[in-house]
Amino acid sequence: MSEFEYREPQITIHSDTREILANARRDIDRYNLRDYFIVDVDSHHVELDSWAEILEYVQDPVVRQVGKAMAANWPNARNLALSNHPPGLTMQDVGGRIPHQAQLAERVDAVDGEHPGSEHRDLTLVRRAMDSMGIAMQIVFPQPMLEVGLHPNPDIENQLIWAYNRWFTERILAQEPRVKSMLALPFNSPEGCLKTIREFGEKPGVVGFLITSQRQAPLFKNEYMPVYRELEERGLPFGFHAGPDYSVGKQMNRFISVHAMSFVTCNMVHLTNWIINGLPERFPKLKTVWIESGLAWLPFMMQRLDHEYLMRQSEAPLLKRLPSEYMQEMFYTSQPMEATNLKLLEATMDAIHAETQLMYASDWPHWDFDVPGRIAGLPFLSETAKRNILGETARKVFRL
Amino acid sequence: MVKDLASTTVGVFRVEGKLYAYENTCPHQGGPVCQGLLIPRVEEKLNASQGAEGFRFDESDPRLVCPWHGFEFSVKTGCHPGKAEIRLTQFEVEEEGELVYVRV
Ligand code: FES
Repeated sequence: MSEFEYREPQITIHSDTREILANARRDIDRYNLRDYFIVDVDSHHVELDSWAEILEYVQDPVVRQVGKAMAANWPNARNLALSNHPPGLTMQDVGGRIPHQAQLAERVDAVDGEHPGSEHRDLTLVRRAMDSMGIAMQIVFPQPMLEVGLHPNPDIENQLIWAYNRWFTERILAQEPRVKSMLALPFNSPEGCLKTIREFGEKPGVVGFLITSQRQAPLFKNEYMPVYRELEERGLPFGFHAGPDYSVGKQMNRFISVHAMSFVTCNMVHLTNWIINGLPERFPKLKTVWIESGLAWLPFMMQRLDHEYLMRQSEAPLLKRLPSEYMQEMFYTSQPMEATNLKLLEATMDAIHAETQLMYASDWPHWDFDVPGRIAGLPFLSETAKRNILGETARKVFRL
Repeated sequence: MVKDLASTTVGVFRVEGKLYAYENTCPHQGGPVCQGLLIPRVEEKLNASQGAEGFRFDESDPRLVCPWHGFEFSVKTGCHPGKAEIRLTQFEVEEEGELVYVRV
């Protein structure tokens, strides 16, 4: 029996990231993570905290004026003007049970940054998280902007994507070589996609482009072929970042249901279109990365598409192999890694050739984030597989 | 309350006068479970024809919610309500006057 000192109160939205993730630091020693090159292929910062700055980057003067007026005049629009932030997203923290999902309202002093006084707050927060989890490099994405594909006005969508990409490359990516991103493409405009790739493709920290998967995107249309060609020629990976959609929720009454399904169904649609239309045959060197749909959907897709393809080959004449074989050449991020049945997880990793195709992702600071120890602690992975998943595959895919 | 002890951290909770002590490491991914929200169990009320009549709090079953991902543990048992095998590491705890002793 020992007496001991009072230590910590409850973790809240005001807790320091390093305090929230203090237990992740223990994994660094436990799994000898300093010995690994760890790349986190999916994490987030909160762009709405910087919304006034981002609105200044809107190119079109009329749209910019509307946005600034909205932010100035409407009581709740300061951090939301022009955006299509879905109200249901505020269900994500399970009624305050998972505070870091709601916000990281911690104190950041200028002295915390490596460039006192000038460093953007978000950069300090990202660095705190990386250091707490033993991560060398982090691919960082926005949050509500990942819903922008559901925006009712495609012109505003395009303006917001351009403004965010400019702001992010200048204010964040250019300041810290450990932070990278795949930038969103304005997918309702193939010309806009090309312009975006040409403008930002060589900016520091830009390691690829993506579409925000929550959108009605007929990605098999001929207008998109120049976009895929441009990415392929530049050797830039093409990502599909999942998100929630409440239109699924019209048939579902609880956020758990909406989240469990819609983060996966959006990528199921795109992956099916991508394969059945023979896009892997048309652009064999273009690497696709499927982000934030977890892993459990993949063996389902492999079996389902193979099963139907064998009976209906004439509807997918460009394919020379089974759909699952193309899937074994695609890349996937690991989070949220469904690990409630390790036998199924092992079979899934085997099916997708995880040793060469899977890349670790934390999704920090979201409510279902995964620490690197999640991969390091898996009993069935070889040492090589662990190293590849935690960072070596990302090093190759993103030329880090 | 949550306190450091040797190489670990322990949370001590008082429910209906009784003390419970748990390691501040969640069985899920190792999160600081004892620094989470303490909140009563949520139950769903059904009517006589099995229709749902909404949620309510059950104050007799306080839950400790891990702040990393929201796993809930009943403070009285240390178990996850949906799968009892997922449980917190429990320590013996004693109270003598104003002092609390935990055996780790
Ligand atoms: S670590 Fe506690 S819920 Fe995940």
